[in-house]
Amino acid sequence: MAQIRINNLRKEFGAFTAVRSSTFTIEDGEFFMLLGPSGCGKTTTLRMMAGLELPTAGEIYIDGEEVAQKRASQRDIAFVFQMFALYPHMTVGGNIGYPLRSQGMSRADTKARVMEVAKILGIETMLAKPVGGLSSGDRQRVALGRAIVRRPKAFFMDEPLGALDAEFREHMAEELRALHDRMGATTVYVTHDQLEAMQMGDKIVVMNHGVVEQFGVPQDIYDWPATLFVANFIGSPPMNVLRFPGTVAAGDSRIDLGGVPVDVPVTREGASGDLVLGVRPEHVRLDDGAQYRGEVIAAEYLGTTQIVTLRTPHGEVKARLASDRVVRPGETTGLGFDARTLTVFRGTDGAALRSAANERVLGHG
Amino acid sequence: MSSFSVTEPSPTQKWVAGTLVALYALVALMPLVWIIATGFKSPSDAIAYPPKLLFEPTVEGYVNLFTTQTRATPEALAANPPETWYERIVAENNQTIVGPSRFGERFLNSVIIGFGSTFLSVFLGTFAAYAFSRFKIPLKDDLLFFILSTRMMPPIAVAIPIFLMYRAAGLSDTHAGMILLYTAVNLSLSVWLLKGFIDEIPVEYEEAALIDGYTRFQAFWKVVLPQAATGIASTAIFCLIFAWNEYAFAVLLTSGQAQTAPPFIPTIIGIGGQDWPAVAAGATLFLLPVMVFTILLRKHLLRGITFGAVRK
Repeated sequence: MAQIRINNLRKEFGAFTAVRSSTFTIEDGEFFMLLGPSGCGKTTTLRMMAGLELPTAGEIYIDGEEVAQKRASQRDIAFVFQMFALYPHMTVGGNIGYPLRSQGMSRADTKARVMEVAKILGIETMLAKPVGGLSSGDRQRVALGRAIVRRPKAFFMDEPLGALDAEFREHMAEELRALHDRMGATTVYVTHDQLEAMQMGDKIVVMNHGVVEQFGVPQDIYDWPATLFVANFIGSPPMNVLRFPGTVAAGDSRIDLGGVPVDVPVTREGASGDLVLGVRPEHVRLDDGAQYRGEVIAAEYLGTTQIVTLRTPHGEVKARLASDRVVRPGETTGLGFDARTLTVFRGTDGAALRSAANERVLGHG
Repeated sequence: MSSFSVTEPSPTQKWVAGTLVALYALVALMPLVWIIATGFKSPSDAIAYPPKLLFEPTVEGYVNLFTTQTRATPEALAANPPETWYERIVAENNQTIVGPSRFGERFLNSVIIGFGSTFLSVFLGTFAAYAFSRFKIPLKDDLLFFILSTRMMPPIAVAIPIFLMYRAAGLSDTHAGMILLYTAVNLSLSVWLLKGFIDEIPVEYEEAALIDGYTRFQAFWKVVLPQAATGIASTAIFCLIFAWNEYAFAVLLTSGQAQTAPPFIPTIIGIGGQDWPAVAAGATLFLLPVMVFTILLRKHLLRGITFGAVRK
């Protein structure tokens, strides 16, 4: 069990920089998600933490000890690979017990520990089987077994559910989270699936192009994205972004959206020129009295809610409405935004402007 | 259920395919059958025309292969009657055995040199291939091309320099010299073949072993090697077949000490007339080790050939 601290971690492959100066801290016992699109550097970050890649610069502390240049075998961590990487020439039991044999544990003790772990995972009847014929779910359990049998300081998982069917993935995700809650071990989990990250993680780091875009608990990241990238990446459908030219000064509580005044949380910093208003679909409401107008172009029925797409002077806006609200394509209606939930971004670098609402999340720096 | 299937051949198709395979096998195996049969013929049956398909089998050829004989008069034979079964066979042709032939030691030379060089080629090849497959090596592609380039000419093209070098280095007609030579020729093949096999093994297996607390060498030994067994077996067969059958260098570089079977077998013809059954017997025995080796490893060989194509 351990706290993991990453400080200014950087990795270059020749001329390509995979990770630029990442800094974040994973608390003891946390289920921590590294989230981002493919090629964003999340897997490279994890591999550096595990000792499978050497960082170009920066420090990694596991349990207070600096390990950036240490061998993987000296870090006392376990790794679950996307393709499971079970040793194909060994049985299920052989695979799970393999890390123990490297520590010189006796056959009898190994067997007892393997049995104990197999019972936790419900695979005690298949210990003598070769791994070749197993279903992907059972392979996943064997891979987990091989990880937990050592009682390592931390678990690192690289898209461990990526190779499973969608249906089964849900089930395994729950199983994994339940296992973590029971064992309480620090877990770092890489995924490109924002739903998976929101569903399972205690904390999330969102990465893009080798840069940490935001770091925090899922709810904060969803409500108060620090950058336009996060706003776009998280949520389904993602946050609506309305680009407009304008000026805001620190202390303003209203912006001018194409001639329509829109209330926003009190800003703490100013900007001018290319600005972006971010609003989650569930914070858009149809309000005939509202000044800001849009034309309904489509409605997508989702059971209890529906996603209504409207054409506005600032592009398409999606609204999540109750299903019983009747909308007809072609009708023009007013759009109201929930003022307490809005974020204004600088269009140039995509950074969110600090406001009374998000300064707790974004900090004061 | 439809009676037509894309993947399952019809009875007619099976019958045609079976006949073709049988015909091909007949043609391909004919020389082999001929050699094996000739080994059990008497010298007169062996040169009979038209060839005898049915004949009275005899082990005369094998006896002649393993022994050295000299002509003896009937009186001398009567005075000194043959005691063993093989002496009686020789006596029928008015011959008597004066000692063993050199076939046994030549055969042993072939075994030592063939298997020795195969072992070395595969051993060194596996390490080299692993390094080429897994590590960043400066000028890797150039090195690999350079290794392959040694295969771009027939090895015998360098016969003269090798002959002179071997004479100067004292390697002529030694087991070590022949093992070294065949290893050098086979190594390029084994590095390239094995690199292909090791490339196919996902690197995650080693990474898992590294994290599980093993060193790089242990990961190689316990995780990579068992999975490369297929490739190693097929590579070993290819290396053995080359070293076992090699004739030109063996003629050139060996004579007394380290002569292998291929240059020796034809010399049997000269001993006491054209003794075709003895030559055929030698060729038959010579076939056996490679055949046994291949049959033992044939499961690996077949998997080796399709390796990479269908791997999941």
